[in-house]
Parts: sequence; C-alpha cells; structure tokens
Amino acid sequence: MRIALVVNREPHEADVWEGESLLFALRERLGLPGSKNACEQGECGSCSVLLDGRLVCACLVLAVQADGHEVITVEGLGDGDQLHRVQEAFLEAGAVQCGFCTPGLVVATVDLLERVPQPSDDEIREALAGNLCRCTGYAKIFDAVRLAAGIQP
Amino acid sequence: MEVLTPRSLAEALALKAERPDAVPIGGGTDVMVELNFDRARPDALLNLNEVGELKGWSREDGRVRLGAALTYADAMRPPLCDLLPALAEASRTVGSPQIRNRGTIGGNLGTASPAGDALPPLLVEGAEVEVASVRGSRRLPLSEFLLGPKRNALAADELVAAAVVTPSGQPQTFMKVGTRNAMVIAVCSLALVADRERGELRAAYGSAGPVPALVSAPLADREAFAERVAAAARPIDDLRGTAAYRRHALRVLTERALERCLA
Amino acid sequence: MGDGTVPRMHQRRATTTAPARPELELGRVVPAERRLDGVPKVTGQFAYASDLSAAGMLWGHTLRSPHAHARIRALDLSQALAQPGVHAVLTHEDVPGQKRYGLEFADQPVLAFDRVRYYGEPVALVAAEHPEQARRAAARIRVEYEPLEPVADAPRATELPPIHDHRWTHGHGYLDDPRPNVVRSLVIRHGDPDAGGDVSVAGVYELGMQDQAFLGPESGLAVPDGDGGVDIYVATQWLHVDRDQVAPCLGLRPEQVRLHLAGVGGSFGGREDLSMQIHAALLALRTNRPVKMVYSREESFVGHVHRHPARIEAEHRADRDGRLVCVRMRIVLDGGAYASSSAAVTSNAACFACGPYAVANALIEATSVYTNNPPCGAMRGFGAVQTCFAAEAQMDKLAAALAVDPIELRLRNALAPGDTLPTGQRVSGSLPVAEVIRRCAELPLPEPEELPRDAIRLPGGAGNTTRGEGVRRGVGFALGFKNLCFSEGFDDYCAARVRLFENAGGELVAEVHCAAAEVGQGVTNVIAQVARTELGTENVVLAPHTTATVDSAGSSSASRMTWMAAGAIRLACRAAREELERRGGALAGGEIGVERVYRHPRTWPLDPDTGQITGERAHVAFACAAMRVVVEVDAELGLTRVVWIGAAQDVGRALNPQAVEGQIEGGTAQGLGLALMEEISTRGGLIDNASFTDYLIPTALDVPPVESVLVEDPEPDAPYGVKGVGEPPTVVSTAAIASALRDATGRELARVPVRPDDVVGL
Repeated sequence: MRIALVVNREPHEADVWEGESLLFALRERLGLPGSKNACEQGECGSCSVLLDGRLVCACLVLAVQADGHEVITVEGLGDGDQLHRVQEAFLEAGAVQCGFCTPGLVVATVDLLERVPQPSDDEIREALAGNLCRCTGYAKIFDAVRLAAGIQP
Repeated sequence: MEVLTPRSLAEALALKAERPDAVPIGGGTDVMVELNFDRARPDALLNLNEVGELKGWSREDGRVRLGAALTYADAMRPPLCDLLPALAEASRTVGSPQIRNRGTIGGNLGTASPAGDALPPLLVEGAEVEVASVRGSRRLPLSEFLLGPKRNALAADELVAAAVVTPSGQPQTFMKVGTRNAMVIAVCSLALVADRERGELRAAYGSAGPVPALVSAPLADREAFAERVAAAARPIDDLRGTAAYRRHALRVLTERALERCLA
Repeated sequence: MGDGTVPRMHQRRATTTAPARPELELGRVVPAERRLDGVPKVTGQFAYASDLSAAGMLWGHTLRSPHAHARIRALDLSQALAQPGVHAVLTHEDVPGQKRYGLEFADQPVLAFDRVRYYGEPVALVAAEHPEQARRAAARIRVEYEPLEPVADAPRATELPPIHDHRWTHGHGYLDDPRPNVVRSLVIRHGDPDAGGDVSVAGVYELGMQDQAFLGPESGLAVPDGDGGVDIYVATQWLHVDRDQVAPCLGLRPEQVRLHLAGVGGSFGGREDLSMQIHAALLALRTNRPVKMVYSREESFVGHVHRHPARIEAEHRADRDGRLVCVRMRIVLDGGAYASSSAAVTSNAACFACGPYAVANALIEATSVYTNNPPCGAMRGFGAVQTCFAAEAQMDKLAAALAVDPIELRLRNALAPGDTLPTGQRVSGSLPVAEVIRRCAELPLPEPEELPRDAIRLPGGAGNTTRGEGVRRGVGFALGFKNLCFSEGFDDYCAARVRLFENAGGELVAEVHCAAAEVGQGVTNVIAQVARTELGTENVVLAPHTTATVDSAGSSSASRMTWMAAGAIRLACRAAREELERRGGALAGGEIGVERVYRHPRTWPLDPDTGQITGERAHVAFACAAMRVVVEVDAELGLTRVVWIGAAQDVGRALNPQAVEGQIEGGTAQGLGLALMEEISTRGGLIDNASFTDYLIPTALDVPPVESVLVEDPEPDAPYGVKGVGEPPTVVSTAAIASALRDATGRELARVPVRPDDVVGL
C-alpha cells in the first residue's frame, strides 16, 4: 500500500508491503540506508531514528504506522556538507570502528543532548544502553558524547 | 496482509468486531519482532497508533486511568511516577530508551507474558483492566485478566482500553534480575507494597510462573513473607535461568524489598 | 562542529613507554590521521554490504535445515517455483562445479546433499522480487528428512559413529588420529612430562560457545557480468581466499569471479569462512539478474562459525619457590559439523596453553572433534582464549597453594626473549612479559565507591536489585599471549601496488592498491599512513579493495594485517620512489606502477608425533597483555558489575595510539561478554537463543572504563616494529574477570560464562 511521510524534512511517498518495517522502507524504498539492519528486534539500536521527535527503533515501527508522520534519520542531521557536532565529535574521539552502530548512536546522542545538554556519565551510559557496539567497548563513544556536550574530561 | 488504521476508539472497536482475527499493534515492540522474524503472518493488523483516546492517563475519582497506549517513558515522568512509583521503577528496567518510547502498558497487558515488566507493579496496586468492544466495556481484576503464558481474558472482539488503579500511596518497589545490567528480559522480578494502611504486604512476581501472580500476607507475617513468595512461585528451568535460582532470587528480592519499604 | 570549535581530547587514558631497543632502525612514521572512512560512517553514507542495490535486483533467500543431523530423503521444489515473484529455486544439483568448499579442508557442501550435519545448514536457495516472496517460496520447498541421532557431546565424539564418511583432515601432515570424528589431535611433549613438583594444583575448566556477534549481518550482492562471470560485493576478511573457494564451486576460472570489498560491519573471525558468496553468485548466474542476500540476525547465528567451546583438564606442578616445573593439559575443542579453521585453533590452544611462562616440562594434548553442533572456527583470540582461561585460573590456584602473591608468582615465571617454548621454539623477537606485568600491576586501583548510589552503578544495573546489600568487591589479575600472523608453515604474503602520476595541477599523486580488508580495525589508515611516510606526500589515494587489480593481501585476522600491510606498502612505495629517482625525480607526464609482495619470516610445521618445531619457528612472533580487574558482585543474587579494568599490552610500536586503545577497549569488552553472559545455547545441536534478545552482548552499562598502558618494545622482524594488537585483550580479559569474581566470592567458577547460579552456589 502507499504511504506518505516526511523524512528529513522532505515529503516522500512509497509503496510498501503491509508487513514491512519503517526500517526496510527507509533503506530499500526511500534510498536512505543510513539506518542499519543489525537485529530487527529492537535490541541493538542501529536503526534508531526520530519519529515525530522521539527516539525509536525503526525496525519496530510498521512502515504503515509512519504514514502521515515525520522521521529524521542520520542522513538528516547535518547541514549540507557541514557535519552535526555529534558526528564531528564521534570522529574526533575515535568512536568509530566498523561503524555499523554509529548512525544509531549518533541519532541517540543527538536525542540525549537535546533533552539533557550536560549529561552525567551515568546518564550517558543509561541513555545509550539500547545501542549495542561490538567494536569499541563504548569508551570512546562516551568520550564523543562528552566532547559534543562540551564537557571537559 | 492488511493494515487497518482506525482514527478513533469507536472505529477501532468496530473494525475489531468486523475482523476479530486482526492483531492489534501499538508500539510494535512485540508484534514487529514476530513479523520481522517471520514467526507470524496475520491476515490483518489493527494499527492503534492513531487512536487518541488510548493515549496518556487521567485521574478519575481518586483513581488513575492509564490509557492502553501509555508508554513506559510516560510512566517514568512526574507526576505519574510519584503516584505509581513501582510502575515507574519497572518502566526504567524495560528495554532501552527507544523501547520505552514505543512500548505500551496496553501492549504488556495484551501480550500477557509471564515476564511483562508492568504487570507485577500493577498487580500489587490492585489494578483492573478495562476492556472494550462494540458490546460495551467491562473492568476485571488484572489477576483474572491474565490466564496463562501469553493468554488473556480478551474476547475476540475486545481491545484493552486502559488499566485502572487506585494508588495506595504506600511504600513500594520493583526489582528485576537479569544477566546483563540493562536491556534484559527478566530472569525473575518482584514488585512489593508494604501497605501500612491496610496492614498488608503484597508482592507480585514475574517470570517465575505461568503468569505474574500476587502473594499477600498480614504485615505481621513479615518474617515468613520471603519464604511465602518463593513457595508461591511456580518457576521452570529455561534458557534464562533455573527454577532453583528463581526461587532463591525471589527470596532475596523479597527480603530486600521489605527492607526498602519498611525502613 | 556547528560553531567550529572542537575541543581536543586533552587527557589520554593511555600512556606509552619509550622503545626499549634504541638500536633498532625503526624509521620515522608520520602521525595517524582521522579515520579515512569516518565521515561516511557518521553520516550514514558508508555502503555496507547490506546497503547495496542494483537495477533489476532480486532477493536471495536460504532454506536451512531444522535438524542438527538428518538424512535428506527427498526434495520437492514444485510448489516453491509456482509462487509469485520467484525466479529461481536451487539445490545441490544446481552447483555446477565442486560440491564442497572449505577454508582449510573442502568438507562443507555448498548446499546439503544426502545429509545435513548442523542446525541451519543451507539446503536450498530462492531468488524472488521481494524478500517476503522469497521467504514464502522457501517455506513451500518440501524436504523429507530422516532425523539421525546427533553427535552433540564433544568429549564423547571420538567414541561415536563418524558424522563424515571421509577423513577430510587426514594426510595433511597432522597426526592421522584413527579415532572417529577427530578433526585434529596434537600432542606437545616437552622435557619430562612426568616431572613432579613440590606443589600441584588441578582443575577442570569449561568455556561455552561464543558468537562474534558483529552487528552487520552477512550480506552481499552478486552481479552477473553477461559473459559467464560474476562480480561479488561482499563483507569479508580475505577477498582472495573467498575467490579461490567460490570459483571452483561455480565451475569458473578465478579471473571470472571478482570479489569486491563492500563495507564490513565487524568481523572478529566470523567472516573468514564463506557465508552467502557462492549462493548469491549461483542465483545471479542462473537468473542473469543481480541478486542481493541479507541475513537476518537469527540467520547470522547459523551463518558463520563460532568460538570453540572447550573442556580443559589442567594440572600445574611447581617447586616451593613457585617456579613452574611441569604443566599438563588435556584440551577438547568442539569443532562442530565442518572443519573450518579447527585444525589451526587446535594448534593455538596447545601452543599457548602454558601462558607466557617459562616451563621446563609439559604434556599438552589438544583434540578438536566433529560434532553435529554449530560449526566453530575463527574468533578473536583463536584458541588462546580457551587455554588462557584455564591456565590463569591454575596460576591463581598455585599462588593460593603456595601463599605467594599472584602477581609475584607470574613475575617469577615470566617468559623472556631467548627462552624456549614447549614446542621447542626459542623466543627470538620482542616479548616484554615482565614489563607488561609490572606496568599493569602499577596501575592504581580505584577507591571503593560510596553508597548510596544509583542502581545503574551497582551489580544488577537498571534492574534495581540492590542498594548495596550482598555486594562484595573483588580484584583479579591475568596474563596471556598469542601469536601474530599465520603459523606452522602456512606462510602467506601481502601484495601492494603503487601508481605514481601527476594530477591536473602537476602535483605528484600516489594511488595505492591493497586488498587488505578494512573490517573496522583501521587498516586503511595504516596503509595511508605508511604511504604518506614513505613517499613524503599527502597526496595519497586509496584504490578500492578488490581481487581485480591487485594480488592477495592475506586475511584481516591473526593480528597480522597491520604488520603485513605496512610491510607491503613500504616495499611498494620504496620501489616506486627508487624508480622516480632513477627517472631524475620527475614523471614528465608519464607514470610509475609497481607491485611488491611482502613476506614475514618463514615458519615450519610442528612434528605430528611430538608437537615440536621442525624448523626455526612454528609461529612468527608473539604479543602479550596483562589485566587487572575490579568487580563488584552481589553474592546473594550472583549479579556482577565490572567496575574497572587496567590493561598493559605489548604493542610493539603503536602507529596510531588512538586506534590501538580502541582495539584494547573493544577486545576487552568481548572477553567480558564471554566471562559474564555470552553463550550460544544448544540442545542436541539445536540453537535455542539465536537472537539479540536471548544471546546477550555487553551494553553501555556493562563495560567499565579501561585504562590502557601501551608497552612499546618494537618487534625486530616487523616493519617499523609494529605488532598486531586486536587479540591479546580478548585472550586475557575473560580470565582476568573470572579471577576477580573468584576473589569476590571465594568460589572456583571453573566455567564461563559465569551464571548467577554459579556465583550463588546453587
């Protein structure tokens, strides 16, 4: 069936299979593969997007449920060629290895700093507990969050 | 497969009456896993995201009515978290921020998993489940709503509309054992209220029997209560833990919860 | 950053030591840059294997065995072929070339015939317009199975009927063990294995089956070239070895099959073996359409090999002063249904069984067996993880028996350059074991934290299970080592090609070709860093990683890729520079292209009867690491919080300290997972936790801060003195965390992952 939604501030339409997730629709119908397909059961956070401003796993949203709603993906965070400060901080801190978790973590961090501009270490850990990373052991990801928040180590 | 998206409760109930096979989907945290893992292919899905009446919560005559679409994130916010503190603690143990933003109390009720985290806190607060259909609505105690693992008392044309609770205002807590420090399904869990007003201890366990279940005793029986909770549970050995461990853990959790609530 | 002010990370957790061998000619290396693939990765533009698409593309799907062991009686495809959107349904009959493949032994069917030997084994393939159509069609394939009794108990496998009709691993220079189901058995006899000591400690240790759990599922895209050949875009660790396995099965010449590296979402050993490469190519060639395959997470758990579960009996004998006199170990590794790299894992488990200690006498018996459990093969640490867990538990037991400080005991036995290993190999390169122990032991332990605290800083974390009740602190220590590069005569190489030309502005540009797989570890940066160093220019462009334009780089595994790529790039760049100088320093409109091959020092096989070296060395070089761990354990509930880890690691020379730290932190976290939560659970060979809900890996609330000390003692045989750094932290951290748990609880905890039941003592 056909759905209409706003993705990264642009209106989009897509023909989807009724059982498809928003994640599949973003990746395979709308040409936005930045949100990643790691577990498809809401356990890893790699597909984190903002749905009407709330952080969600796109794999657990039925594509049809996004009809008439607004989605921001990792592709929609920067301003043209200018990286978002969270993206910049992930690079600077060495928080990226294989990078498969990175888009989800960047989106989750943007959401965190939006709500809590100066998070404590505990708040960072709890806020990112739903984003699995298998490469980094998280240390440099926490560095990146503090860096983006302007928190001196 | 077909997706039905009603815009009001009345429309949702009419659709459910017409298509009793339609599987309700709200936050999607259970249903989408079934779809993504190719474990279920229902003929129809009933998308409840656009039904405004199910969202949020309200007070009515000293009672609190939690809409079926109330999310765990909602339950953690003041002032609701102060009215139902054990439910708020339980909500914090649910999945991740992403899951808490989507997962709903109504979904937890509908799925009726023995591990449903919202269920023990609602049981100890004597929650009722409001179910609705085109035939009208009815309220039944949560303990009667939960029939077995993933089985509830909904008729084919009914939907969960709300959970209705009279907050006791009494000291309470929720604890959940998992083998990792976040994002786990409970190995076992416990909610407890030390109700001085009624002179009663009420505990409910999760993941330690076919349904989360309530155990109560007079306040005076504090010493024997942990043993009583452990004895009431009907745990099994499964992937997440052994029956022996679950009984043991319930004993420990109950003692600690009593300490917290009676200190 | 939006406002253009990015504060530098001014406090490094890691410290480094000055090179201990100033006489070595190391050469200057320019500083590392930021990750070259960093911007596309943070913006979502980086094309992972699952992100690819092509016009007219179909989706492939795999039908897998629901049995661990069964005979295939019949296959009926008719209903599947009639499903909408279906373009092809293939079985073993459609494999045009060799029916079997394998990394070391070609014992694994491309698609099962006659028998299935593990749960999830591929039986048939479907290509359809939409993945859902492919799934529905696969569900209509009718397979008639006759279930067979699975061989599921590894220690008993050598007494049970063989699961293979042929002895695939016999006649390859290993001991041809006549017992059924043996993949490889290796006995290392060193000195007098019956030598007795004043003190003896013994134990039986077990490790569960760990999964690599890389986040990017197995995926790829196969595109027919219209001329009978195929291009395969895939996430792998070694493009050329994939090609060399794929081409014979397709019945094609190697040059007709071109492997191209797509973005790799982590590997950790799990992408050494093939997954969907041949399958997608078969479907693409049959349909003459591009075919994409993307495994689900559930499928990924059966789509790659795992870390071998192990059972280890150990006895350590020492004199009164705590010097090891004799180590005896019997190791059984469950290899699962197919050989994969079990033979090499067996050797590693045996060769590193004693740990980095000088031991005069030893008897090490290691056996890997075929079973109907999930196939096991390479995972970070590769055999050394299993024996380190046992050996370090034994060292703690020995320290307790002798009433000696465990760190002091390790120092007394520390291996040093010039010492001889149980295989008879002399340590000829760098191995600063004592220095690593001392530097780790010097790290100050964090002070116990005050109560009350938020639940997430207590054992049980977000579960809110304690406010301090039952919580005990424990401190542990462990030491471990492993080899760098491939071993036992499997001497591979790494090729690199450099093209020098002038750009439109007349500036010299170097285009560097190397097939080294970037799996996240950062080898791309190493390549560029070495090229910039050797050519003295910033104009370095990396060409795509492909089999089409350059010879093999070998595998991104065995802690070898930085060493090997640096060696190859350095050779090629120096040759290009010499050629440029010969031309008088100018290209004058022409260009220079040179390809060079780098080889590490030669290795020799182990003697099949004695386990002793048959030449100068069996292993190229070694690296060690030590870890100190603080845990808090809720002793009543058996829940754990790892509070802090201090690590000192022998890194040779750190070309990119930030990336080295990243390897230590990440490798430590994977070892933590094995210690506390990660295990593929099987019953009769069937996996019952193939999902991220049921197979748990550490979250942001489970991994503690890791304080790293990089001990720089350059490796004389390696370019610039580098060492591989990815594996030692994983080898050690499981053992170190278990040690801390024992300290906190007083329990033996002889099996990992440690379950709450074990801590509580149920």
